[in-house]
Amino acid sequence: MSEEVVLLDFWPSPFGMRMRIALAEKGIKYESKEEDLRNKSDLLLQMNPIHQKIPVLIHNGKPVCESLIQVQYIDEVWHHKSPLLPSDPYQRAIARFWADFADKKMSDLGRKIWATKGEEQANAKKEFIESLKLLEGELGDKPYFGGENLGYVDVVFVPFYSWFYAYEMCGDFSIDAECPKLMAWAKRCLEKESVSESLPDQEKVYGFVLQMKKAFGIE
Amino acid sequence: MAEVKLHGFWSSPFSQRVIWALKIKGIDYEYIEEDLSNKSELLLKYNPVYKKIPVLVHGGNPIAESLIILEYIEETWPEHPLLPTDPYEKAMARFWIQFIVDKGSIFHAFFRSTGRVDQEKAAKDFFEVLKIIEEQALGDKKFFGGDTINLVDISYGLLAYWFKNAEEVIGIKMLEPSALPRLSQWVQNFLEVPVIKETIPDRDKLLAYMRRIREKIVAEQLNN
Repeated sequence: MSEEVVLLDFWPSPFGMRMRIALAEKGIKYESKEEDLRNKSDLLLQMNPIHQKIPVLIHNGKPVCESLIQVQYIDEVWHHKSPLLPSDPYQRAIARFWADFADKKMSDLGRKIWATKGEEQANAKKEFIESLKLLEGELGDKPYFGGENLGYVDVVFVPFYSWFYAYEMCGDFSIDAECPKLMAWAKRCLEKESVSESLPDQEKVYGFVLQMKKAFGIE
Repeated sequence: MAEVKLHGFWSSPFSQRVIWALKIKGIDYEYIEEDLSNKSELLLKYNPVYKKIPVLVHGGNPIAESLIILEYIEETWPEHPLLPTDPYEKAMARFWIQFIVDKGSIFHAFFRSTGRVDQEKAAKDFFEVLKIIEEQALGDKKFFGGDTINLVDISYGLLAYWFKNAEEVIGIKMLEPSALPRLSQWVQNFLEVPVIKETIPDRDKLLAYMRRIREKIVAEQLNN
């Protein structure tokens, strides 16, 4: 049976990037449809009526929503190639823990860094760096969170790297100065085609953030 | 078999989820009640990132975050399966589990709101969530898991007791047979499941506890 895979996506979305990386790692051919989030397609509204968000993975006509669930789904269906989660249940639990941590912290704190000012922004920056340092601790001396190859945590976390320049510019701080090991890890990930082809240019993301700030009336 | 320990707190619905999964699978475990105002050294060692319960410790290895613990239990002890084996059905189960997590903030708003206008808005928002759950997650099934309960029922279990108590404390009822007949029936069916019936915290004790929390919230807001 031929597999039909469609991804409803939006270029700056870190959640969409996760799927791009996972699909590439697994060598899955798919059709990508770029959504205009101010004018969502009928297909998006039909496939994700509850959240109306991207990414949506449509596999043989059936939708899977929520990026962490999608990555695990891909890993389970195409389990014979480039496994993302380890096979041992305890190692899987550790991977899920750190993926969940990176997901929660980066989404929430990243947004506060570009969208707020003053004390709220300062607190967000502080917690952001603390979170990165905890992630650095988990990485340790491994080349990737997944060990010798990209794993679940790498796929979930590395998309936020494309937003780091925007955070640095909006927050007036240097992530590299505080977390050089993590920056080295990100660059190592970018040496892989699955990642470099999936992440947009950081300057382009910054331009997008500036547009959003203008649209929401944030200085 | 390696030792299984659970660090929990009697009133925590997150702790309760893990107890349910362990009991359904017939796993022997030692339960350690934590004093949340004076957390044990062990808890801080096992969960340095969040310092929260529940934490499951299996053969000395700690796992934190209730949903991650549930998936770990499911994978380590596959008897009495609590998730579908088909990847698509599993993804749908995980979707609904994530849904109640995402809507937790609306529940929070309901429990923390003072002033009738805020309370009614929060109640309305949460009612919409319950409607989606009834129509799309549960449908005409007896349980979210079909004929028997699964991880989705376990994750939603707090609606059956914690949330019902919150309605009583706040004085606004939403999960009623007249408004949500199928979900109300699910509540009844869920509470009748032997493992659930045997382990749910005493209703009066929990109600009194929740009233005290509510009093503190109201006092804090009055002082601000």
